[in-house]
Amino acid sequence: MSANFMSDDQQSANPEFVEQKPRRTGTGILFALILFALTAALIAIGTIWPNQEDSGVAEPRGRVVISASSPQVAVNDLLQQIARRDWHAAYELLANKGEFSESEFRNDIIGEYGSLRSYATLNQFDVQSVHASEDQAQMRAHMIWASVVGTFEDSRDLRVVKNGRRWEVSWPLVKEARVPPQVIPVNYLRWDVIYRGPEDDWGAQDVEAPHVRIVAMHPVDRADEVILMGEILNEDVIPAFVTVKASLLDSKGRVIGTEDAFDKISHVLLPKQVSPFRIDFHNTRLSQVDSIRMQPSSNLVPASADPVIGIESQKLNPLPNASLSGQLVNQSGQVVNVAHVIGTFYDGGGQIVWVADQYPSRALLPGTPVPFQITLPADISNKVKTYRAVTTTYISSRIQ
Amino acid sequence: MTGRIPLVLCAFVFALATVAAAQDLRFPARVEAGTAFSIPTTGSGEATLYVVGPGDAIARKVHLGEEIEFEADDLHNAGHYLAILTGSSSVSTQFDVVPSRQPASLSFLAKPSRLAVNRPDGISGVTYIFDIFGNLLLKPEDVSFQLSDATGGTQLRNASSHEGVAWVQMNSAPKAGPAHFQATLSGVHATRIVEEVPGDPCSIHMTARPASSGRVLLQTDPVRDCNGNPVPDGTIVSFTETHDGRVSTVDVPLKRSVAQTELPAASGATISVAAGVVLGNEIRWGGR
Repeated sequence: MSANFMSDDQQSANPEFVEQKPRRTGTGILFALILFALTAALIAIGTIWPNQEDSGVAEPRGRVVISASSPQVAVNDLLQQIARRDWHAAYELLANKGEFSESEFRNDIIGEYGSLRSYATLNQFDVQSVHASEDQAQMRAHMIWASVVGTFEDSRDLRVVKNGRRWEVSWPLVKEARVPPQVIPVNYLRWDVIYRGPEDDWGAQDVEAPHVRIVAMHPVDRADEVILMGEILNEDVIPAFVTVKASLLDSKGRVIGTEDAFDKISHVLLPKQVSPFRIDFHNTRLSQVDSIRMQPSSNLVPASADPVIGIESQKLNPLPNASLSGQLVNQSGQVVNVAHVIGTFYDGGGQIVWVADQYPSRALLPGTPVPFQITLPADISNKVKTYRAVTTTYISSRIQ
Repeated sequence: MTGRIPLVLCAFVFALATVAAAQDLRFPARVEAGTAFSIPTTGSGEATLYVVGPGDAIARKVHLGEEIEFEADDLHNAGHYLAILTGSSSVSTQFDVVPSRQPASLSFLAKPSRLAVNRPDGISGVTYIFDIFGNLLLKPEDVSFQLSDATGGTQLRNASSHEGVAWVQMNSAPKAGPAHFQATLSGVHATRIVEEVPGDPCSIHMTARPASSGRVLLQTDPVRDCNGNPVPDGTIVSFTETHDGRVSTVDVPLKRSVAQTELPAASGATISVAAGVVLGNEIRWGGR
């Protein structure tokens, strides 16, 4: 292949330029024949030994293939139906429909108690073949769900069986735990607030905001961002709704950026409770920063001391899957729809080196453990010596 | 545009005031707010009297040679006033309206609304003394302050007002509870509630016993501060169990001064308890 970089004007102006017509040679025909043979060979290989791995983007309007010609197609079809939230169509594709009802299948996927799963959509999935034979195959489906607080992942090992000419998925149903009907006595503790009214004299005092204090703060430079991590303490005897805002200032006192902790904090703090916080400043380097202005604020809010969540069997997992894992156990009688776990990680000197969080996708039923796993960056995991985890909870009946 | 109006008004008033006149206008130098009074005039014929002061402006047709009557509710805002009489010529004078002698209300600021027990001079009380028209009484008055704590103990302090303000500082009581803070002057009083709250826990002690389904029941003794006050309910107590490299934690709010929870019962586990910076005892769970 060659290219002529001379323009037409240049060509006409150049008396030495001689137009050359393309020459037909046997080389071109040979090249075409080789290309044709190679294409035919690749088609044959692909037909005889199809790819055992597959991945896809969930298409809510995707075409439904009723007759799955391979295990991959069967799993793909099923996951597409799940992405469309067409539970009936998905259920109809299963090989083991007789083992559970359609509602049990739906509850397995999206939960029964208004959890994070209930409002999530299947965004993406990968299917890998683990084992395959003439009439059955073992596939691993890795699903990525999109929710209002980010994505969460779910993996299922699926057995795919051949039923006549059609492949069908045998769904490994995980029945959601149920709590038997019972009465759980709770000594309910809550705070209500009476604020001053508009008719009160100007000297009439209002209830004071809770006293909160930042007890630790550590900025780190990481990639193209500055991350502020720290802890805030409610040192009062009443509950507080806290927020932490921070401004980065340059050497001339000008504000480089202002951010707040958003959801990397436990906003409602009971008396003497400590919450970690993390504030990310994107596209900023620590070398640009001369000083940091921290602005903790607190408001007195009606609050409840329940539910109490135990964080059990916490364990630091080493590389390559560096993480803090454990189980959340709801010790109260209310169903917690969404739980949020925030982990604070310290080095050997007790300094905060990382703050990370996770939202378990399942609801917390009374006394029923739900696993969680907070992922740690590889470079941070080597520094972590101790850690502390806290939880916050969201209960839909309180929001309504 | 609006900013020019006061300038025009001032120029007008100044022009009127500088005009020499035959009429005479004699206001008393000081008038008590809310009192009726009259002033004599000289001359004859019709004229208009303007009285301008803080928050008050009066325009009145008068007959020169007769007394001008002011009712009790005509002038009630304390401050400096300007009176102008305009007729065939103009004359002006200035006078002060002073607050009523009788205090009618106290604005009482008690800070903070909530503080720990046993804090010397931890509570401040500031009163502003007003007459019935809301004028600040500038003359010295003796204000009595009384702080009654939850156990019935009282602290009494007197303070003389200065420029209408009197203030004191009080100690918080050793016993927790709502304290009534009252300021009194000539039968007028104002009350505020100051919540005296327990301090940090003095010590924490827990006990453990087997619970159902392979768990251990942990319970603290009633948690008190160093003055013997029960630490407020809702205060977080943290239980931590360490066993075989795994950690279980639970933050439990105090209820009726006691924190209680369950953790997995692992033989050989070490269980500790803490509240804030106060560490409690440690238990090595042997399974019984």
